[in-house]
Order: sequence, then structure tokens, then C-alpha cells
Amino acid sequence: MLAYIVRRLLYAIPILIGVNLITFALFFVVNTPDDMARMQLGVKRVTPEAIDKWKAERGYDKPLFWNGETAGAGKVTETIFFQKSALMFAGDFGRAEDGRDIAREIRTRMVPSLAIALPTFLLGLFVTVSFALLLAFFRATAFDFWGVVACVAMMSISGLFYIIGGQYLFSKMFRLVPISGYSGDLDAWRFLLLPVLIGVVSGIGASARWYRTIFLEEIGKDYVRTARAKGLSDLRVMFGHVLRNAMIPILTGVVVVIPLLFMGSLLTESFFGIPGLGSYTIDAINAQDFAVVRAMVFIGSVLYIVGLILTDISYTLVDPRIRFE
Amino acid sequence: MSFQPVLLWSDLFIWLLVLAAVGAGWWSARQPPLRAAWARVARNRVGMSAATLLSAFVLIGLVDSLHYRPQLLAKPGDDPAKPVYSIEVLSVLDALLTPLRTQVEKTYSAPLATRGYAKEMQEVRGADGVLRSTRDYPRLRHGGAHLGTDEARAAADVAGRSLGAFAIGAAVWTAIALLMAGVFARRRGVPLAVAWRQLWRHEEGPAWNAMLIMLAAIIVLAALIGNSAGAYHVFGTDKVGQDVLYQVLKSIRTALVIGLVTTLVTLPLAVVLGIVAGYFRGWVDDLIQYLYTTLNSIPGVLLIAAAVLMMQVLIDTHPQWFSTAAERADLRLLALCFILGLTSWTGLARLLRGEVLKLRELEYIQAAQAFGVSDLRIIGRHLLPNLMHIVIIALVMDFSGLVLAEAVLSYVGIGVDPTMISFGTMINNARMELSREPVVWWSLTAAFSFMFVMVLAANLLADAVRDAFDPRLAG
Repeated sequence: MLAYIVRRLLYAIPILIGVNLITFALFFVVNTPDDMARMQLGVKRVTPEAIDKWKAERGYDKPLFWNGETAGAGKVTETIFFQKSALMFAGDFGRAEDGRDIAREIRTRMVPSLAIALPTFLLGLFVTVSFALLLAFFRATAFDFWGVVACVAMMSISGLFYIIGGQYLFSKMFRLVPISGYSGDLDAWRFLLLPVLIGVVSGIGASARWYRTIFLEEIGKDYVRTARAKGLSDLRVMFGHVLRNAMIPILTGVVVVIPLLFMGSLLTESFFGIPGLGSYTIDAINAQDFAVVRAMVFIGSVLYIVGLILTDISYTLVDPRIRFE
Repeated sequence: MSFQPVLLWSDLFIWLLVLAAVGAGWWSARQPPLRAAWARVARNRVGMSAATLLSAFVLIGLVDSLHYRPQLLAKPGDDPAKPVYSIEVLSVLDALLTPLRTQVEKTYSAPLATRGYAKEMQEVRGADGVLRSTRDYPRLRHGGAHLGTDEARAAADVAGRSLGAFAIGAAVWTAIALLMAGVFARRRGVPLAVAWRQLWRHEEGPAWNAMLIMLAAIIVLAALIGNSAGAYHVFGTDKVGQDVLYQVLKSIRTALVIGLVTTLVTLPLAVVLGIVAGYFRGWVDDLIQYLYTTLNSIPGVLLIAAAVLMMQVLIDTHPQWFSTAAERADLRLLALCFILGLTSWTGLARLLRGEVLKLRELEYIQAAQAFGVSDLRIIGRHLLPNLMHIVIIALVMDFSGLVLAEAVLSYVGIGVDPTMISFGTMINNARMELSREPVVWWSLTAAFSFMFVMVLAANLLADAVRDAFDPRLAG
């Protein structure tokens, strides 16, 4: 098992290098640092000196890959690629446009992101799996039919609508919860209630329908018929057998997103004014803060790969047939 | 008045797609398994009503994809042999909707309103001929202008128009339905009454009855809206006084381009790389797998954000590439499609690779290889037709997701050009309107409901296609 995990971690290295190269190519080869400087400074103040100053302040004045002017290791390290891209492996993400350390910012903003994402994820999983189980239990009845119709309708509604509509209904019309904002202490639940609720509701449609198909596929199998034939009650079969066996395909889709919960949700955080990583990313995109976007791309990939490894490990926990050799 | 036709890049892709669709239709009509599968789709009533609705959207999108630059009125000093064309690029849809496009109010007005939505100071000449300034709801410039001072008649006028529209719609629809029954009767050699009953009972063949019902809804709705659209702002106006109905209709093309052109990018990449990886295995497979695992491991939104940001820099630093603003917005839309396509081919490629790995071990492929049939021929002749169902299912399933994604991306600021009318920009511009007093609800409602109807229809059609093509589901 340990050997397997180590091997998976080793596999992750070339992928991360690939991600690093792709982001580097996107940010520095498609556009030269001069273009970025011109964009950031605006049209009025563009003078060659201003561009040089902008580049020097951010360390973009070095060569891309190979610095022939310095000696020894400096030939490699005194380059944009090493300073801006390779150092991300060491957790050094550089500074944002406002001069703050990105790594530090990410650490502090992770907490609000998780405060929204984790409850949304857990509650959402519970609600959708229960709903899908209900649909599968009452399969081929009017409840099942209209449940699926509701799922298709819900997955056809834009995520923006859930947020805008929810804010209008609960915050403006009923005045139940504040429209947006965040607080660090225990009072935070008032701010978190609506985003979590909206996150759960907007996810029901697509996932519940998918889980229902998985459950139905499982119900059609022979062991279910055998269990029934031996006189097990429908409920026992559902929870004791179908649910447990259906966990394997469900886990594939679910475990992989757990690490990504740290990244927060772009839309929810920006609409509700929550100072998490999602709104950090959106602000960076709107301010065209390339360093922050680059850092988020890299962290997102790292977390995704961690999620893939976690998925594989979780398989062994729920499915004794799977062994890692 | 003459005009100069303009072919925007996205127009080119749209018409190429139409051509490809016609070609694919002709090709699949000659392939018995595909033909049978499409016949199963045609029998599905929900699927066919969704398809009818979608074709209405596609029709609007196609009419909106014929662009031209109108000729400007010649000034006295101009050379008559050298006409001057407007810098503004219009489409045939714009020409059809000229009153909607040009009848601009000052600011917000409610649907079917004759007056503005907020009071403002205005000077009114009283009965005694003296100017007095009062605070009142201002009269709209175009909404209900034909009523003159007799605004109280507005409700009756709208009701009358609706009644007329309903009658016209019903007449048109009845004519179409009767025509269809007539064709039925001719083909099957039965009397018209029998054909009419067969048409509605739907025992075999395509679900014409479902299509007719959906058609009735579309025609009546179009007549209702169309009959009042010239005289009123049926869906109200937005902050700068532009007609919301016009914006919604223009958004349809943007959504279609995003949903369809993206697949044009995804498809070749996914099909070629997926098949090559599965068929040749070895280092080719390793390389392709590495490529898509790497691309896949970057969270989609972030990769799109990074790519779009870089594209913006590229566009902003090279203004000399574009002669008109419409061209720039158009290229940005296309670039967005390419970026979306480059980030979304991985799923389909992985599916195809898995299927090819399975298929290549089957006897008929092994036999072909033993006979010395070339790899290219085996792929084209034996593998590709057996992968078509996966490709078609993936195509229809992706469409609705892409339409929804456009709105979110435009909200985040990495979507289409802000000057391009789309559901995303409409929602983005209107997102603060619900907190106004009084509430401005019509822009958001119109954008969300049109998007919902479009995506719902796409989802339902996708389900019908999946049910018909998936060998596990179609018994």
C-alpha cells in the first residue's frame, strides 16, 4: 500500500512539470513581459522606461530560460522560468500586484473558502444521495418520474439564477439572512447559511440523476435478486447492499473534488462577498494580476492530483476486491 | 439600398457546421445502424418536441449569421461610383428587427409600459399655456407611441393585438397541420380523416404529433410577441433603454456559437487522439495519456481564465488586426470557443481510447489485421463506425453545459467581449437590478427564461439521443 502511494506520488511529478510548463508557456511565451507591462500600465503611461521599471520591479527583466551573463548556477536560476515557475514547486508563489505575498494570502483565505465549501459538500452529498436513493426505491412510480423531471429542470437552470434568485428571495424579500459579507468568529453561520443552501440546491439536479442511474444499475444485478429471494426486506437490500456497492462509482466522482474544496467557489464567494480563495481568483482575473492566476492554476492542479490519489486509496477502503500490487 | 456582405469568422464556422450537419445526415442515412438509431430518436415524443424547439432557436441563430454592412446615404460631394458602407456590421436578423433595434428609450421601462419606470422632472404645458415643471413618470418615446395621449387604451390595445395574433397563429398552425395530414394521406393512400387520426395517435414512425404541439406553442408565442413588438417593448427596456426582446434574440446566436463551434474544435482532437492512443498503444498511448492527464489536472475555470487573460493581452496589444469592433468581438468569441474546446476534449478522448482498447481485441479487427489491411483502413472502416454512438452522445450532452458555462464565464469576466450581446453579458449587466427600488426584474427574467428553455430543450434532446444510441439502453 505504502509502495503504491509512493509510486503514485512519483507519477504525479511529470504531470506537475507539464502543468508548470503549460502555465509558463501561456503566461510568458504567448505574450512577452513587455505586452503585459503595456496592458497593466495602460496606454497613457507607456514609455520604454516605465516598461523597464515595471519589469524590473517584478523580476520580469531576466531572460526566459538561460541567463548567459551570470556565472555558475545563476545561468539557470536567474531566469524568469526558474524564478516564476520552477520555484512554485517550493511553495514560493511570489508577490501579487499589490505587493503582498501570495502564499501567505492563500493560507489566510483558505479558511473562509473551506467554511463554505466543506458544509456545502457534505450536506450536498447527503441530500443528493438520499434523494437518489428515494427515487431508486420508488422506481417506475409517479414519484420517480416527476423526481427525474425535476432533476432535469434543475440542471437546466443557470447557477447564476440560483444565487441571484436566492439572494433576492431570502435576503431582500424575507430579510432572513444578510445579503453578503463574512465574519471570522462564531457569528459567521448567519453569513454561511444562504451560500451553503444555494450550493446544495444548485447541485441536486445533475448529481441526483446520476446517482439514481448508478443505483438502478446496481438494483438490476443478480445479488440483489438473490437477497430478495432470501426474504430480505426492501429497506435492508437498499441500505445494506445497493448503497454499499454503489459507493464505488460514486466515490470516483466525489473524492477527487475534496482537495479542490480548498479553492472555494468562484461564483458563490464573489456574490456573497466572502474573502476566500474563489473571490481572490476573481479579483485577480479582473485586475489582470497574472502572478495570482498563475499560482492558483498550479495549486489547483496539485490539489486535483492529490484528489486522484485519494480516490485510488478510497477504493481499497470500500472495495476489498481491489488490491494494489 | 445596396449593401456589402460581410463574412465574420464565426459565420464561416456556423455555415461550415451546417454543411457538416447536412453531410453527416446524408452519410448516416446510408448507414443502417445509424439510421435505425435516428429513427428511434424520431419516435421519442419528448425528444422530438425538444428538437422542434431547438430548431426554432437554430433558425434565429442562422438568420443572425448572415452579416452585411449597409450603404450610407451618399453625401453631395461623394463619387457615385464608389459607395460608402457603414462601419456598423448588421445581420439579417437586425434588419428584420429594425424597429426593436432602433427604438431606444432613455432608460428602464417595464414590459408593455407606456411610461418610464421612475419619476423625473419634466416641463408640461398646462391648459392655460404656461410651462410648469412637475415630477411624473415620463412618457416613453416609442413604447405605445401610436396611442398618442390616449394611454388608457393601452391595455385594450394589447389585448386586441394578442387576440389577433392568436387567431393568426392558430390559422397558420392549422394550415401546417392540415398540410401534413394531406402528405400523410397521399403517402399511405388513405382518406384525409384517417390520416389525421393516425397523425395524432402516433402508433409508428416519427412523433409528428409531439412536433405539431410544440410547433403550435412556438407559433402562437411568436405571433403574440411579434404582433406587439413593433409598438411596445414587450419585454421592457434595459438601463440604456435598449429593447430586452432584441437582446434576448441576439443572445441566441452567441449561445449557439459557443455550444456548437466548440464541438468543432473538440471533435477532431478527441477522435484522432483517442483512437490513435487506443489503437497503437505503446509510447503513443503513454504520450497522449500524459497530455490529457496534464490538461485535465488543471481545474477547468482556471485554465480558461489563464488562457482568456492571455488572449485579452494579445488582442489589446494588437489593435491593428481588427478593422471593426464587431470583428474584434467576433474573434474573441471564436477564441473563447477554441479555448473551451482545448480544455474539454479530454473526457471524450478517454472514453474513445477505452472503447478502442476493447474493440481492437475483437475477432473482426484481428482478422483484418491478419489479412494485412492497412491501419488507416481498419480505423476508418471498422473502428470509427463502431465509435459513432459515443461521439454523437458526447456531442449532444456537451451542448447544454457549454451554454450554461458561457453565462458563468461572462460573469467572471473571462467570457465573451462585453460589447457582444449574450445571455452572460445580459445577466452581468442586470445583476444589480434586483436591488433597485422599484425592482427591475424583466432583463434577468427574460435572459434566464430563454436560457432555461434552450438548455432544457438541449438536455431533453440529449437524453433522447442517448437512449437511442447507447447500446446498453437501446435494447
